[in-house]
Amino acid sequence: MSFFEILQSIIPQAVFFAAPLIFTALGGVFSERSGIINIGLEGLMVMGAFVGIVFNLAFVDVFGNWTPWVSILAAMVVSAIFALVHAVASITFRADQVVSGVAINFLALGIGLFLTKQWYDKGQTDMVERPFYTTDIPVLSKIPIIGDLFFSGMYLTSYLAIILAFAAWFILFKTPFGLRLRSVGEHPMAADTNGINVYGMRYVAVMISGALGGLGGSVFALTIALNFSHATIVGQGFMSLAAVIFGKWHPLGALGAALFFGFAQSLSIVGSGIPLLSDVPQIFLLIAPYVLTILALAGFIGRAEAPKALGESYVKGNR
Amino acid sequence: MFSNRTVNILIPIISVLLGLLSGAIIMLAFGYNPVAGYAALWNGAFGDLYFFGETLRQVTPYILSGLAVAFALRTGLLNIGVEGQVFVGWLASVWVGVAFELPSIIHLPLAIIAAALAGAFWGFIPGILKAKLGVHEVIVTIMMNYIALYVTNEIVRNVITDGEDKTERIAETASLASPWLAEMTFYSRLHYGLLIALFVAFIMWFLLNKTTTGFELRSVGFNQNASQYAGMNVSKNIILAMVISGAFAGLAGAMEGLGTFGYLSVKSGFTNIGFDGIAVALLGANTALGVVLAAFLFGTLKIGALNMPTASGVPTELVEIVIALIIFFVASSYMIRWIILRFKKEGK
Repeated sequence: MSFFEILQSIIPQAVFFAAPLIFTALGGVFSERSGIINIGLEGLMVMGAFVGIVFNLAFVDVFGNWTPWVSILAAMVVSAIFALVHAVASITFRADQVVSGVAINFLALGIGLFLTKQWYDKGQTDMVERPFYTTDIPVLSKIPIIGDLFFSGMYLTSYLAIILAFAAWFILFKTPFGLRLRSVGEHPMAADTNGINVYGMRYVAVMISGALGGLGGSVFALTIALNFSHATIVGQGFMSLAAVIFGKWHPLGALGAALFFGFAQSLSIVGSGIPLLSDVPQIFLLIAPYVLTILALAGFIGRAEAPKALGESYVKGNR
Repeated sequence: MFSNRTVNILIPIISVLLGLLSGAIIMLAFGYNPVAGYAALWNGAFGDLYFFGETLRQVTPYILSGLAVAFALRTGLLNIGVEGQVFVGWLASVWVGVAFELPSIIHLPLAIIAAALAGAFWGFIPGILKAKLGVHEVIVTIMMNYIALYVTNEIVRNVITDGEDKTERIAETASLASPWLAEMTFYSRLHYGLLIALFVAFIMWFLLNKTTTGFELRSVGFNQNASQYAGMNVSKNIILAMVISGAFAGLAGAMEGLGTFGYLSVKSGFTNIGFDGIAVALLGANTALGVVLAAFLFGTLKIGALNMPTASGVPTELVEIVIALIIFFVASSYMIRWIILRFKKEGK
């Protein structure tokens, strides 16, 4: 197997696995930059996957070829609303953000499975008829080498994920909105003094994380899983959370980390065909993202500072 | 009218009632009869001795995982990693149970101690990272959960067995199973583990409230700086707290490994014993007695729920929603506190 062939089998796979993580991790970046820990990313992905699949199954006759796109939009809207539960508990009612996030994870799975039983009378939904399909990008896929690596047999949602990462970077670091959002996560009182609505900003950030988490979950469901059950989302949300931290709370860092995790996952699948890698037991590739995150946190891979006010509820008038 | 202490007791009770009420509303909204639904739940948990035995069996690991979370919380740490510690404890206990041939008097304690040590080690890593490098324990413990899940699966598949999906059954000499208890409850899987769980609850109460070590642990939980100033070794206490918490969680794994199942199978996901432990600890206000009561409640809900689909048509998942909502209400206790105080003012 030539080097080029190896790349050709790994890169599209890596991006394919990374895309849902990228969306969700970007959501995590927004929420955590505003000072709200979001352990509930997993639950938001569950909700997104559930809505994406159910909507797709229900409306495939109405929207035809556009069904998957409308489905992920629906998942974004529902998950954004669902994230409000976390926002209300952790911002207005000053609940412990970690605990509230854990509850979000429980609640999403409970609601998803309850409604699945209710509507389909069994533990899992049917397979969707119209998921996302891979495409070759016209013109660009004809470029030698690069075309084969990056522009053929890819999902459009993967490009969307990468573009969105740059958009998130621009929004967070180049716009007044982004500056306000970050200031609320660093020093809420100073932000408040300057007339920024701390509670409002945090609500918006958590809802953005809900929308993006829902997007990630629905893209996962409509490209990889193709149905919804208790085992559809198992840990992808936490892996996205790992990507947020590994990426040092920066959208492009999160993008890189998610791509790396996708790469690790694709290695564990394609790896057996590659001479050097087939000797590495799969277990090491499976646990790599989690071990690396711990090492990154411990400062062995360059120290990153979390947003200062992360995890603290803001009480107006307190000093 | 309401002292602070009463409010602290009222919050979990109100949270449970609100959770059950929400469950009833959901049942109504989907056209079920909530009275029939909850009656089915009650009968499923206490309907006859078999169900009661199964309920107590489910309560056993919950007490221990709840104690694990509560112990960490009392010392100011949030241990989300109980799930992973349960896994390694389960693995260690089964491993010892399968690998050795010893008389029961040595074999059983050895298997139990192995589980506690494995859990303790899994708690030690986030503990030392927190104490020495200031790494937030929540994220580390979450990552440790996944590492535990994959590593135990790998060990079951390729180290203990030769590509099998589950280990052999443990030797009878390492089993917690009790013919006497099983017979008394129409052959439920109730085992001696319950006694261990209750004993550990007593140990936690004694350790925290009656010993110097416990005082230091609680003190560090209240205020690290003040404890440091008073001459306590803060990082030693943080590590110790995580190690003890992990040991409790490892014991919860042993309950499943040596008591309920007698083997460990490859798992596609988490058992939720550890995550439910968070709910148990919060609801039990982090006290030993509270945890035992809360574990009893959650065990009842989980086992009783199994009877809901057949007896009243309500999907079992309703109970997951109710439990999630109870956590929300306890976590948002600020809201409940505020409402209680509001009533107090108007009452005057």
